[in-house]
Amino acid sequence: MNFFSTVALVAHKDLLVETRSREVIYTSVLFAISCILVFSFGLVKEGRIVADAAAAILWITIAFAGTLALNRIFDRERQNETLRALLLAPASRAAIYVGKLAGVLGLLILVEVIVAPLVVLMFNAALFRHASYMLALLVAGSIGYASVGTLFAAMLARSAGRGALLPVLLYPITVPVIIGGVRGTAALLQPEADLAIARAWLTMLIAFDAVFLTLSLWTFEPVMTEG
Amino acid sequence: MHKSFPVLLVLTIGLFAYAPFAIINAPYEATMGLVQKIFYFHVPTAITMFVAAFTCGIASAIFLFTSRRGADRVGFAAAEITVLLGLIVLVSGPLWARKAWGVWWQWDARLTSTLVMWLVFQAYLLLRRFGGPGSEKLSAAVAMFGAALVPFVYWSVNLWRTVHPTTNVIPTLAPSMRTPFLWCLAAFMCLFVLLIAARVELEKRRTRLDDLYLALED
Amino acid sequence: MTSFRFVRALLIAILLVGAPVAAMAQAPQPQPPQQEGFVPVDQLPGQEALPAAPLVAAAYGVAWAAVLIYLFSIWKRLGTVERELTEVTRRLESGGRR
Repeated sequence: MNFFSTVALVAHKDLLVETRSREVIYTSVLFAISCILVFSFGLVKEGRIVADAAAAILWITIAFAGTLALNRIFDRERQNETLRALLLAPASRAAIYVGKLAGVLGLLILVEVIVAPLVVLMFNAALFRHASYMLALLVAGSIGYASVGTLFAAMLARSAGRGALLPVLLYPITVPVIIGGVRGTAALLQPEADLAIARAWLTMLIAFDAVFLTLSLWTFEPVMTEG
Repeated sequence: MHKSFPVLLVLTIGLFAYAPFAIINAPYEATMGLVQKIFYFHVPTAITMFVAAFTCGIASAIFLFTSRRGADRVGFAAAEITVLLGLIVLVSGPLWARKAWGVWWQWDARLTSTLVMWLVFQAYLLLRRFGGPGSEKLSAAVAMFGAALVPFVYWSVNLWRTVHPTTNVIPTLAPSMRTPFLWCLAAFMCLFVLLIAARVELEKRRTRLDDLYLALED
Repeated sequence: MTSFRFVRALLIAILLVGAPVAAMAQAPQPQPPQQEGFVPVDQLPGQEALPAAPLVAAAYGVAWAAVLIYLFSIWKRLGTVERELTEVTRRLESGGRR
């Protein structure tokens, strides 16, 4: 089984499972909307959102919804014992990791497709004035977040206390990604969008993506192997 | 390790016993006065914390890829020491900052990244404690991410405009300040080796105890 | 044997605490400006009225306390583990002979 066919198979399986039940996408999107609501109560002053808050709300919502999705995806795998089956299959661990990553990433991007326009509407934030930059930030940030998230969620799938431990592990490590995303988005939301700063943060995001992806690929196999 | 332990202990105590004299006799700095003396513990602790974090990361990588229990013990010990030293850095720093910058804390690149790195190693310890069986390998993966953050924390002051001083301060220290600084650095490095040795010894006994308990049940 | 270790630990503790106290007891003199760029403290513009001494004391105090507490906890845990080790080894041997 070559690398790419394994990746495609794993990702396709996740997509199929998800389109049939739509459980994770519905719960994640609804959770994201509630998140936005709760944040807006804290950060609204005289009916308008505090400056720069829209960027923060967008990325924090993505982070929280992402954690929810990760928890649910791997809980489902664990309950149906498919994780063990996957790991017993004669497929390279790296390919399994990338396949799962593709599934998580797809889900995350789907959530963002719904959340970002919502933030634009509810907070009057011209997120997509420089659409290519915004999209690049979203993709780079999602890759960084999902790469670490997939590794840790898979790691913890068989652990006790996995629900509480995933955020504890994930949030400190993905702080650089969130910071990069928020500061890049905030730069784009300025009245005179500061493209140079947005580009600088995008570069940092891509650098972190490279480090996180490399580390995750490297450690996925030994970590998921028992004994 | 056993034989050199008393020597190490005496050496560390000696270095730390003289350190207060060295610090008190160091000159006052022009703009900050007395509060700058926190420097002589704050910076050596931070440097030793970086060393501890790296040690944890490298030991964890060795453990992950060779399954050597000794490496895991060193990693565990180094993680605990990173958290301990991080606590000292993150308390002494704000105490200094209160007088020097007027605020306890600033969300600049150096302080934020140090806090994040500290939290990652705390997550390592939490995972060891509450992750259940098999959490040794999981925490080893976390440690590698934490160690990868060290160069970022170090260079953050040079890459961004931060209120925290840059890495240029140490190489350009006046000689009368450099001596007490190096003395304290030596003291903390010896302390680090001492703590690792002691903690690894404890862990070795504890794992033996666990093995014996298992044998007892059979 | 155990009492000797305790006495040794006590001596070490006294040395650790005594040395800084002795150092502090020496009246610290403000240094005359020897190097370029250093200005004597009393010639500085009187800015913050915030006294620095409690901050410095707290910083060093926390550092010492943290290290000593950690060392002490290792020492205590070592004692517990050693006791349990001897206990379990004894039980294993008596159980094995049966």
